[in-house]
Amino acid sequence: MNQPVRVKTLKIDDRDVSGREDETILEVARQNGIFIPTLCNLEGLTPIGACRLCLVEIKGVSRLLPACVTRVEEGMEVYTQSERLQKYRRMVLELLFSERNHICSVCVVNGHCELQNMAQILGMTHVSVPYRFPRLPVDASHERFVVDHNRCILCTRCVRVCDEIEGAHTWDVMGRGIDSRVITDLSQPWGESETCTSCGKCVNVCPTGALFEKGKPVSERLKKRQFLPYLTMMREERR
Amino acid sequence: MSKKRIATVWLDGCSGCHMSFLDMDERLIEVFQQADLVYSPLVDLKEFPEEVDITLVEGAVSSEEDLHKIRMVRERTKILVAFGDCAVTGNVPSMRNPFGVNAVLQRAYLENVTLHPQVPREVIPALIEKARPVHEVVKVDVFIPGCPPSAETIFLALSDLLADRMPDMAKLTRFGA
Repeated sequence: MNQPVRVKTLKIDDRDVSGREDETILEVARQNGIFIPTLCNLEGLTPIGACRLCLVEIKGVSRLLPACVTRVEEGMEVYTQSERLQKYRRMVLELLFSERNHICSVCVVNGHCELQNMAQILGMTHVSVPYRFPRLPVDASHERFVVDHNRCILCTRCVRVCDEIEGAHTWDVMGRGIDSRVITDLSQPWGESETCTSCGKCVNVCPTGALFEKGKPVSERLKKRQFLPYLTMMREERR
Repeated sequence: MSKKRIATVWLDGCSGCHMSFLDMDERLIEVFQQADLVYSPLVDLKEFPEEVDITLVEGAVSSEEDLHKIRMVRERTKILVAFGDCAVTGNVPSMRNPFGVNAVLQRAYLENVTLHPQVPREVIPALIEKARPVHEVVKVDVFIPGCPPSAETIFLALSDLLADRMPDMAKLTRFGA
């Protein structure tokens, strides 16, 4: 028997909105055309609140909370665009840029990159912290795909899509903090992975040029993400 | 009203930003009705002059000479503009940073050379440890990202600066544009 759907009413940026009790602030904001920036979030994958770009202010709560994993509650007053938030979001972005070697002008997804777009949307014109310039490998051992760790922002979309949608769990994360890195199987070269099905889902959900397809001109390296919500919807209906 | 004095400087870059500057075509006339170009690789002047209003700096800070030059330029300039991705982010010149100076010189002057392999030690200024964006060395007032920024972007930014307004660069350009 279906459970009755409970509806919560709240305010986002002083606008009255409502959402189902199991929905997040991000979902309700998007349904109402309110923009909250995200990078690790992708419709169809489990939200994990990792990138911290979707931080919002909630009246009466001193901490900033990630909109993608915070459920709506009755009477909540959410603010998404305060100066404080803009400052922190730009700081998060600057740290992402400074951590690895993001050289947009020589990147295969220059012009189609979510990180690059986000910098423009949030008005970030330079990185005010010192760049780290770590020495990172590029793994081109796979027949069709390449992983360039210089451009990875550890959003783990590849890890989640491989586990949750493809069911292969080839990708994972190794190491801690700033030294974390995405790996295939037990940190073997991707080309030697026994679990990888070469489906390409990870490549298509990657927001940057960290994962890309070989042998294609840059202009054709557009990532296709429409399949994700469609696949999850089909599965849920079958259940 | 007296004309503003503008200058352009070329550090470790490919000159693409200067090419884009020239791409302003007939709008250059409009710019130079309001300003004099007092120093630039595009004109034959040896000394960077005193009291410059706006200086566009192309390229990353990569050698001892770049360091010396950018400090002097900063001292003599009111508004210093990081002009293009190399100046703003380090860009392509900074791709040597993860490897270190020695490995790079080794590769360029010894491993890939058949005739008289030798690392130049005279006349050419020594490379510093890392190629750095300009703002990591001196204070920068305006950032124009882009590799290179389009002529349109440069024109709009310059027009604002010449009219004593701060240009909103995020609307006009992005990294790698």
